[in-house]
Amino acid sequence: MGEPAFDPAAPLTPTGNLRRRRAVSRVAESGATLGAAIAVAVLGIVVYSVFVHGVSALSLDFLLEGEPDGIGPALVGTAELVLIATLIAMPIGVLVAVYLVEFGGRLAAPIRLTLDVMNGYPSIIVGVFIFALIVEATHKQSAIAASIALAMIMLSIIARGTEEVLRLVPDAMREAAAALGVSRWRAVLTVILPSAMGGIATATILGVARAAGETAPLILIDSVWDGSHVSLDPLGPVPNIPVTIYKLSEEASPEGFARAWGAGFVLLFLIMLANVGARVLLARSRRRMAP
Amino acid sequence: MRGASALPSRVRIQSGPLTEAGPSGGRRELPVESVFDVHGVSVFYGTKRALDGVNMRIPRSRVTALIGPSGCGKSTFIRSLNRMNDSVSSFRLEGQVLYHGHDLYAGNVDEVEVRRRIGMVFQKPNPFPKSIYDNVAWAPRNLGLRRGLDERVEGALRGAALWDEVKDRLKDGALGLSGGQQQRLCIARAIAIEPDVLLLDEPASALDPIATASIEELIHTLKGRFTIVIVTHNMQQAARVADETAFFGLGASDGGEPVGTLIEHAETATIFGNPADPRTRDYVSGRFG
Amino acid sequence: MSSATSPAAPGAARPAARRSRDWRRTFDRFGDGALYGVCALAVAIAVGALALSAYQVFDHASPAISKFGLGFLTSAEWQPNFDVYGAGTLLYGTLVSSFFALLIGGPIAISIGLYLSLLAPKGVRGVVSPLVEMLAAIPSVILGFWGLILLAPFVQQHVEPFLHDNFGFIPLFGAPQTTGASVFTASLILTIMVIPIIASISRDLFLAVPRDVQDGASALGATRWEVVRGIVLPTTAPGVIAASLLGLGRALGEAIAVSQLIGAGEKIDVSLFETGDTLAARIANQFPGAITEMHKASLYYCAAILLAIVLASNLGAQWIGRRFDYRRMAE
Repeated sequence: MGEPAFDPAAPLTPTGNLRRRRAVSRVAESGATLGAAIAVAVLGIVVYSVFVHGVSALSLDFLLEGEPDGIGPALVGTAELVLIATLIAMPIGVLVAVYLVEFGGRLAAPIRLTLDVMNGYPSIIVGVFIFALIVEATHKQSAIAASIALAMIMLSIIARGTEEVLRLVPDAMREAAAALGVSRWRAVLTVILPSAMGGIATATILGVARAAGETAPLILIDSVWDGSHVSLDPLGPVPNIPVTIYKLSEEASPEGFARAWGAGFVLLFLIMLANVGARVLLARSRRRMAP
Repeated sequence: MRGASALPSRVRIQSGPLTEAGPSGGRRELPVESVFDVHGVSVFYGTKRALDGVNMRIPRSRVTALIGPSGCGKSTFIRSLNRMNDSVSSFRLEGQVLYHGHDLYAGNVDEVEVRRRIGMVFQKPNPFPKSIYDNVAWAPRNLGLRRGLDERVEGALRGAALWDEVKDRLKDGALGLSGGQQQRLCIARAIAIEPDVLLLDEPASALDPIATASIEELIHTLKGRFTIVIVTHNMQQAARVADETAFFGLGASDGGEPVGTLIEHAETATIFGNPADPRTRDYVSGRFG
Repeated sequence: MSSATSPAAPGAARPAARRSRDWRRTFDRFGDGALYGVCALAVAIAVGALALSAYQVFDHASPAISKFGLGFLTSAEWQPNFDVYGAGTLLYGTLVSSFFALLIGGPIAISIGLYLSLLAPKGVRGVVSPLVEMLAAIPSVILGFWGLILLAPFVQQHVEPFLHDNFGFIPLFGAPQTTGASVFTASLILTIMVIPIIASISRDLFLAVPRDVQDGASALGATRWEVVRGIVLPTTAPGVIAASLLGLGRALGEAIAVSQLIGAGEKIDVSLFETGDTLAARIANQFPGAITEMHKASLYYCAAILLAIVLASNLGAQWIGRRFDYRRMAE
């Protein structure tokens, strides 16, 4: 092919167009690093602002009293909503995942597609749906309706997470159970599900973290209440944190803003805690799963 | 530079000056222009020593084979010749690798420039998920060698003995080729930018015997144009293609655990016919490894 | 578990043991069937809820659909007092804000994915990856509130004037509003929401590009960027597009943060700095207070349009994602 394109004995510094290409590569690398820095910075700024503004509003009274001074009933209300939603979503989600993994079949692909679609479903539409289904029919807002809406949102998170961890259970375990004459339902209930418990718990916690912060459905379904005292009646509206923050943000009063920061701080703190906890649980259960 | 004196049990043999058949029937000394001069090179991955105290000269325009059992550092060594080990974060090299007199690991060396001059073909064929033409043309385009690109691609594919088989389907995907064809494509890719050196890391071990034979034929034709270093597990292959052979085996190390090192390096005929080190003799006669 | 029978009298014990075994077998078969039934029921509930939701939305929207037809999509007349409704402004605001978020957030997210997969040392990746994912966990009401109190004034006092003064010849950058509530501010918040989704998926896609192909490219004397541009990005392009569509779906459906920041404007305006509104935000704003049937039906109509757009985006993402997976598996 003729003379070499370069002098092999020349020093090993860039020849030809390499210097320019190196510069381009460096710019690209800086851009990528900058992008990551922006993301971390935004997270830091938001968390920091919420912390700084929220901490000053915090006090024991704030956490225990009712409106207009505190968010106690709202905290209890959110806990109730999330609890009921979990009671609905967790069994359904786990059972859907069991169906996908243990029974599969031709329906598996469409079901998985449905779950993926559910994952990206706008929560405002879930709110509109439940409003039409329950609130309009009963002519009142209720915690149970809100919980059903939240359960719909949690369902895909729990189902997908459970499916992932059920897949990790080695087939050898199922075969061993069958070889021992253990029936399917017994194997699932006593062997497979317990070994997947860590992953199921992780998925549920992530679902809870998501549901606790959802505001859009609650605006339509659980937004009018007397926030001065705790209300646990599931057949009526209960105070809750996200709508409290939303309402306070739409008013224009500085005291309202201060309380919104406080409520936001509590909510964000709990959600971040749940996320970190889920991660730790996931790491631990992964370690136990992997041989 | 770690010297041989620390490792008395390791013997470094140079079986005299390298010679070739002379014009009048005798033998004359070859001009030993070396491309690589390796002095006391040891390689560490973290605290684990993978290669110990290698001293070696790799001559120009010849084929040098690196043979030896697994785990004796052959792949580590060859990848150290074009800075491909840089991507392993725990990699550390002691000693000196001189390329045409320049220290390959000096601070001001651009490793991209190094790889432009010292090409590598890997054990498992790794064509890009692009067309055959684009596979070969990709690197020249990067280098700005856009004029005469078609000729360059054809030349490279001819040089890799692949042209006749693919000349009518250059736009087809490279992944549709057979294993042997893919490997020859990887060789074409490497020679398209006219490197100085070709490093072949077990290029035929993932291929069937027929494809292997075609690769070996290829190496014969490429011999004069490039300096070639080839790692192979197959002694017969080394005997067939290589001018010089270096045997890497386990040498005792002062840490207690045996570490891979260069045992003997000489003309291929000598290594296989009359090796000086008993460990070489054991290996080539099939007593172990 | 079977009843204890003395082995000394096998003849007498066998019928009892067999009875217990038979009973157990029937019980197990019933149990297996019950398990299947319960699982199938769960699946039916999940799928049914989704299907029912779509049906309910369209059903309740039908009065508005029959009254306004497709003109609803282009008319910008939204007058509850006159019972005249048109979602033109909303559709415009939805598309503009979401595509802004994708245009700005997409490249940032892809570069984050590249950083986390190819540039960052393992330790840094282990820390920054979760942080990027945490960004997705911030509830939209908190992000919207933060945007309202801190981002909007900053944008209104510094960013919008800067852009207007220097680039005002582009109609996008009109005169800033007094309040900072604008399509621009809402779009910025949507950008923040969209980034973690695209970044996490991209990161996983880039990590899955086989090492040996990248090594082959490096061994040809290519710079890192050339390996990315020539190998990593083309190989993962369909997956990245699918991820972007998922991000788009998120932006399209965001109601709360947008309603806090976009100013509930009624007009379509080219300038990003004017107020506007989106389908999701309008539903959140006006649904609780809607009294007349046509008002409610129009809001359901908005929900139906939103549902259609989001489903198109998400199904598109799923379709591309599945095709992409099959292609890779065929290698």
